[in-house]
Amino acid sequence: MNLHAIRAIYGFEMARFRRTMFQSLFTPVLTTSLYFVVFGAAMGGRLHEVQGVPYGAFIIPGLMLLTVLSESIANASFGIYLPRFTGTIYELLSAPIGTIEALAGYVGAAASKSLILALVILATARCFVPYHIVHPLWAIVFLLLITVSFSLFGFILGCFADGFEKLQIVPLMIVTPLTFLGGTFYSVDMLPKPWSTITLFNPIVYLVNGLRWAFYGIADVNIAIAAGIICLFLVGCAGIVTYIFTTGWRLRT
Amino acid sequence: MSAPILAITGLTKTYESGHQALKGIDLEIRRGEIFALLGPNGAGKTTLIGAVCGLVRPTGGTIRVNGLDAARDWRSARARIGLVPQELSTDMFETVANTVAFSRGLFGKPRDDAAVERVLRALSLWEKRGAKIMQLSGGMKRRVLIAKALAHDPELLFLDEPSAGVDVELRREMWAMILKLRDQGVTIILTTHYIEEAEEMADRIGVIDKGKLILVEPKADLLGRLGKTEATITLAKPIEAIPAQFADWPLAISDDGLTLTYTITAAEAEQRGLAPLVKALDAAGMDFKALDTHRSSLEDIFVDLVEGRA
Repeated sequence: MNLHAIRAIYGFEMARFRRTMFQSLFTPVLTTSLYFVVFGAAMGGRLHEVQGVPYGAFIIPGLMLLTVLSESIANASFGIYLPRFTGTIYELLSAPIGTIEALAGYVGAAASKSLILALVILATARCFVPYHIVHPLWAIVFLLLITVSFSLFGFILGCFADGFEKLQIVPLMIVTPLTFLGGTFYSVDMLPKPWSTITLFNPIVYLVNGLRWAFYGIADVNIAIAAGIICLFLVGCAGIVTYIFTTGWRLRT
Repeated sequence: MSAPILAITGLTKTYESGHQALKGIDLEIRRGEIFALLGPNGAGKTTLIGAVCGLVRPTGGTIRVNGLDAARDWRSARARIGLVPQELSTDMFETVANTVAFSRGLFGKPRDDAAVERVLRALSLWEKRGAKIMQLSGGMKRRVLIAKALAHDPELLFLDEPSAGVDVELRREMWAMILKLRDQGVTIILTTHYIEEAEEMADRIGVIDKGKLILVEPKADLLGRLGKTEATITLAKPIEAIPAQFADWPLAISDDGLTLTYTITAAEAEQRGLAPLVKALDAAGMDFKALDTHRSSLEDIFVDLVEGRA
């Protein structure tokens, strides 16, 4: 195991995060504040409680997820795509680095950045609404599983993309809409039939509810199924990334 | 003789497009030498380097680095190799010192500021250690790439077109630096378009063309065997034909009868020089006004070899 390589990649990626610290941290704080103003203050006046939780607090897990998913994908995909684009990938490919080291470096850094942002959002939310996390340990576990699996997903996108446009398509056109339609701002029970059934085919519903259960002990779906779906996604992405490194697909000629 | 630091046997590479870039390359690189790999564009030089360094997946054959199978013991093999690519590929926003330290880490070496300083000083980059790479000139960026490749103290260094886009003065500096590295025990394989570069530095020359290694020889032997010395004699008076006593001499006459061209191999020139010809001309009473000699360069030999196969 090349531990020095993990440290080098992780440090390099985190340094990139530090270079854009203001943009990296200020943007989610501003976005979260706006969501609270629009959804919490404006709509919260009409929707006092959802499943016994004040509406402002109810949307916190979904808001965290909205940022965590997009940032995990963006950071990991950019982390591997940029060296491919600039040609500096030669160094990674010619170094004594295996799948585990590359993943620990790139995916570890992307997941770390997302976790930092999640904490920033949580702190920002505190300025707007009071909340209490019922299962803090599970909240950490869910966040870790989600950030790591979506960072892996981002890594795959970064390997697949052959232009900056393709890098943006999946997060903007698929993940963000699915997150908005995945119960971020509402409970599945609030939807009329057949939408309340159709929405269960959206995998993001399970992520939002997993996190919401960890926060407030409430969920629209079976929590074991939610945890199972996240784990399945994690294993699937890890398998694809291992395939990429083993075969050199899109990396080696 | 010690075991080769790099042994390539039957190496082939066929791309998905069907293009066969390498057609059974067999090559051994001796420890501590500078080996120049020459070839026209698209000959397979960069593919060959890529296959050894892990950038290209070979279709067949074996590569052994210091006795280690590059496919099976890839970690140990790659840790011994440094690569300076042809393109100026660097992270433009990173500082010089950080990018060199990063490369050292990638290759499994612990953080060592003294080692980074040593490499930067050797390449006259120490003063620029805090500068972002985007602020450097092209020549400086090239040096940074060399510093990155040397950061983990490799035994075998690949330089793919090291002086491409570098001005004459910097090229000379780079040659001096490469020779110094060789003196420190680093084995160097370089590809170049500047034949002068190979002629100046290489111990052995390899010529690759259309995916095949067509020649591998020590530079001195190559120049001696394939090199020619040509003497051009401008006569005082024109002659109609080469005199009978010179029938066995390798002489040619110009159309106007005023110029004789005498061509011998570099080895013959080394042994006998031009003295016998001068004496014979004198004995035959043939006065001449001028005598010019031209020794063929590696470039002439390279062009003859490659054009001969075209």
